[in-house]
Amino acid sequence: MIEFKDVTKTFATKQGAVHAVQDVNLSIEDGHIYGIVGYSGAGKSTLVRMLNGLETPTSGSVDIDGVEITVLTGTKLREQRHKIGMIFQHFNLLWSRTVLQNIMFPLEIAGQSKAAAQKKAEHLADLVGLAGREQAYPSELSGGQKQRVGIARALANDPQILLSDEATSALDPQTTDEVLDLLLDINKKLNLTIVLITHEMHVIRKIADHVAVMEDGKIVEQGPVLEVFKRPKQAVTKRFVNEEVTPSLHDTTAVVEQLVAKYPKGTIVQLTFHGDQAKLPIVSEMLKQYGNLDLNIIEGNIHQTQEGAIGSLYIQITGDPADIDGALAYLQKLRVETEVLNRE
Amino acid sequence: MNDQGLSSYFQFSNVDWGNMLTSTWETLWLTIVSMIVVAILGIALGLLLFETTDSHNPLVRLLNWVVALFVNVFRSIPFIILIVLLLPITQKLVGTIIGPRAALPSLIISAAPFYARMVELAFHELDHGVVEAAESMGATRWQIIRKVLLPESMPALVSGITVTTISLIGYTAMAGAIGAGGLGNLAYQDGFQSNNNAITLVATVIIVIIVFIFQFLGDLAVKHIDKRA
Repeated sequence: MIEFKDVTKTFATKQGAVHAVQDVNLSIEDGHIYGIVGYSGAGKSTLVRMLNGLETPTSGSVDIDGVEITVLTGTKLREQRHKIGMIFQHFNLLWSRTVLQNIMFPLEIAGQSKAAAQKKAEHLADLVGLAGREQAYPSELSGGQKQRVGIARALANDPQILLSDEATSALDPQTTDEVLDLLLDINKKLNLTIVLITHEMHVIRKIADHVAVMEDGKIVEQGPVLEVFKRPKQAVTKRFVNEEVTPSLHDTTAVVEQLVAKYPKGTIVQLTFHGDQAKLPIVSEMLKQYGNLDLNIIEGNIHQTQEGAIGSLYIQITGDPADIDGALAYLQKLRVETEVLNRE
Repeated sequence: MNDQGLSSYFQFSNVDWGNMLTSTWETLWLTIVSMIVVAILGIALGLLLFETTDSHNPLVRLLNWVVALFVNVFRSIPFIILIVLLLPITQKLVGTIIGPRAALPSLIISAAPFYARMVELAFHELDHGVVEAAESMGATRWQIIRKVLLPESMPALVSGITVTTISLIGYTAMAGAIGAGGLGNLAYQDGFQSNNNAITLVATVIIVIIVFIFQFLGDLAVKHIDKRA
């Protein structure tokens, strides 16, 4: 269990005091994948670096399982760091060491024997899918492979917590998904708490179960990912969620306007699906019940998140007004969020 | 009397090859011993400069200032002046101001600050993220020095010591001119002062060969160590 209590970090600069982190209160349960999302400069990096003491708060406290990190120094702090793995945007591997030697690095630091470290490193290389590449140097690896080395290295001392600092931001979309799948897999296998910071909502959607949105050093919104995706409250959250759920909202509006002009008789409805609803054949059930209606799908997208699916669908319904009313009532009965965008 | 025309360069019958060999060994000995000491001292000083940069502790800042001043002063003194300047100290340390051993203090004091700056620069050029990664794993400062800073900057350290060694070879010849032995001494005394240009030419050729060998070995070592590309 990680707890941030009234955490504030202020940097003194020539331009005056900069509040990198302000009044942050956050609890992260064991075994969760907690995403912290925000644009660059929002204070995410500073916040997670307080977990391993790379940054210290100006005021407030950071606890991990009841141990206050903020007051640890010297040997105590270093021992605590052994229990927290960290992966980085630019991997930060030692180029002078092979894959295996890189994974052994934190074990050497923790004072393990060479034989034990080597055995552990071989097992970890296997776990992250680098079997056969142990003797390669980082310069011979692709970005995705480098991050796998980073992950294996972060896991070497059997940490309870893994911090991920924009770990996929330097990777292409396909490699990003592979690395995220690996993180999810590790989270399940090792019951590891993962705190990840990112500016990509895609990353949150794909593996996080909880999310906190940061802006100007403050957490402006937090909760289970699906909750936040469903009902974003803050403007910044809406921007992140919209980027993800309706990447082409603007286009869709144009399409709706065109369709309204083209089919003035139609009723245009936006359906929003949450969780299990997205798995059900709701639209076809509706058509079976109101067989005289015509349906035209304008646009739609459904995303899978860790807590279920979420998505929206734009449809145009034409037919008898009574049937249309019935269909809309049916959809509402199934708790599908319906919004009539245009009705003749 | 020797001919003083251009053909004098090729009067190899005047060359005492036994002397030449002894002088070559003296030059090599001077170069290698001072290189080893300069490498150790330079890395230590470079580390000290690197580790004391941007400290918040006023005492550490003072230390950084003192070391930087020492480095800058001794790097600025022309070598030939430094030898003369250090003569009393050399007398105290080595017990003599003649011969190869007497050249060591001034060679080392002149080259170590030069190399220290290169070492400091090599550390500054390392990706800070790698150091941060080691810190996040709970590495001590000493572990970071031993396992990150030194191995990760090794190609720069080796190419730096190669450059330093080559200028050291030049310095040994200069030291030779005032009695430190070696090929410089031979070229000056038996070559210049005895009007024997063939000796000067042969000494020059041997020095050039020594420089080439050190450069070649240095490049080879860097190529072997550098796994970045």
